Amino acid sequence: MTVAPSASQELEETPVRNGMLRYALSKAGGALLSISMVIVATFFLFRLLPGDPVRALAQGRNMTPEQLDLERHRLGLDKSLPEQFFQFVKQTVQFDLGTSYEYKRPVLDLIGERIGSTLLLTGTALVIAVTLGIWQGARAGWKPGSRFDRFSTAISLVLWSVPTFWLGLLLLMVFAAGVGPIPGVFPTRGIESVDAPDGFGYVLDVAKHMVLPCLTMVAVVYAQYLLVMRSSVLDEVGQDYVTTARAKGLKDDDVRRKHAVPNALLPTVTLVFMRIGFVVGGAVTVEAIFSWPGLGQLFYEAIRVPDFTLMQGTFLLITVSVIVMNTLADVVYHLLDPRVRSA
Amino acid sequence: MSVTWTRRKRSLLRFWADYRGHKAGVVGLAVLLVAVLLALIAPLFIDAGVTNVVRGTGEKLAPPSWDAPLGTDESGRSVLLMVWWGSRTSLLIGFLAALLSMVIGTVLGIVAGHFRGWIGAVVLRVTDWFLVLPSLVTALVLAAILGGSTTTIIVAIGVTSWPSTARLIRAQTLAVEARPYIERSTALGGGHWHITTRHVLPNVAPLLLASTTLEVASAIVTESTLAFLGISANKTSWGTMLRGSYDWGAATSGAWWYILVPGLCIVTVVMAFTLCGRALETVLNPRLRSAR
Repeated sequence: MTVAPSASQELEETPVRNGMLRYALSKAGGALLSISMVIVATFFLFRLLPGDPVRALAQGRNMTPEQLDLERHRLGLDKSLPEQFFQFVKQTVQFDLGTSYEYKRPVLDLIGERIGSTLLLTGTALVIAVTLGIWQGARAGWKPGSRFDRFSTAISLVLWSVPTFWLGLLLLMVFAAGVGPIPGVFPTRGIESVDAPDGFGYVLDVAKHMVLPCLTMVAVVYAQYLLVMRSSVLDEVGQDYVTTARAKGLKDDDVRRKHAVPNALLPTVTLVFMRIGFVVGGAVTVEAIFSWPGLGQLFYEAIRVPDFTLMQGTFLLITVSVIVMNTLADVVYHLLDPRVRSA
Repeated sequence: MSVTWTRRKRSLLRFWADYRGHKAGVVGLAVLLVAVLLALIAPLFIDAGVTNVVRGTGEKLAPPSWDAPLGTDESGRSVLLMVWWGSRTSLLIGFLAALLSMVIGTVLGIVAGHFRGWIGAVVLRVTDWFLVLPSLVTALVLAAILGGSTTTIIVAIGVTSWPSTARLIRAQTLAVEARPYIERSTALGGGHWHITTRHVLPNVAPLLLASTTLEVASAIVTESTLAFLGISANKTSWGTMLRGSYDWGAATSGAWWYILVPGLCIVTVVMAFTLCGRALETVLNPRLRSAR
């Protein structure tokens, strides 16, 4: 900035900015504490495992006791618990998540390969779910008790009661296998066909594979966005500024779109990020059903095998990213909403 | 004593009259009672043998017929009988997991609200930490590590689902303890135990009931999801049946009864619990009652 700010501006802005910075720092500190707690908890959780991990690893293979000892030494299991703990913390902080038993490859590499498809699926589903949920929720909350409202509430109640995986199975049955007059049009599994064409054809192929998983995820998460947006708008309906806007002679639609919805939007959008953990759980289930080669499926396979290093690595990554997302949402909310800031 | 009892009886009657006003809640309650009754009387008619693979009598994956009104599964077992027997596991895990979650949530919530010093702060911090963790993922890891049995699945669900209850109870505890009669009770020499059990707990109990009802619903969904993802107690439940239907390709081979029946059972029961919980919430939460 080349022009020095005037004294009055400085007086007005500095405390707010300082407060904001302090708030962000304290939140970041809290997040760091949470992440440390996750690392410590993960260490002890995975040491609770009944039995000897090396023996589990050697299952089905002929290994002499000497080989077992060697393997134990390689994994650092012959050291004392505190030593193991510090080694684990050191490795985790350096993003060394160990080597998968099943794939015989570094867990971080496996995660790196899979994370793209998870982001693609979850991102697309989230954008659709949020848009649809906010739109429908705003309309439902604007006229509580109307037919549209009752219809929306009923739909979200049903979707709320439907387990994600069952919805996925139904969609598989109807749209992938085909029922009666409905032909099976969508592929049942994976992200691309074996003989997928290049270029634009490839994009189309992936999109076709994405329809069913995406639809399942949208249906499950959108219900709660709808309900939150609805109650958020409901809170605004009786406010004075809405009455004022009406008194100015604005059309009903304009009052809703330009006055009530922007105010109701903020808490809803924050909540979307606050409950990202729920979305992650949904992603694991959806990826498992449709064999979508993402992080969720990697985690699911780790549980099925079971491959504890891989499970530990994916668990750490998932929880840490959820904590980071939550903290960001919290800080951004604080930054955007003057009502919270002044309080 | 008799005065208290008449008062309690009167408030109970008033509560019932309020509850009856919610048609959806009454329907939900009726469905629930039927489901629980059916699960309880199941051993009078059938036994665990209906889930035995070698005792399947019908054809494999046969559509509904007189012998098996809801079709058969991949081993020729009757889906109807399996769903009936499986309801016992699904409901048991749902109820016990919700109970565990409620006990943890209530105790920690009251502690966080009652003890203002560092104890409360630490408990609150831990609660918030658990609240952020993706509960399904954590439950999966817990159950995978502890090995699949009915107890570990109950523990895995209970241990990951209590934080929202704890937040609710803490807020309620703070509200109750701000009232003057708590101050009077403290002045008369009431200790922590007396205040929390005699004043706070009875005040939060009604909300707890509503919250438990909703929690059972989500515990049943979580149990079926865990079972579907391969973590089960090796007992037939609605979730393990759906797992079986997926493993045997029921979706692609058109065996709709194998997918629809267990799933509809889950949806019906979960919806009944949700309707009950919402009705209870509306009746019991004075803020909701006056506002809307």
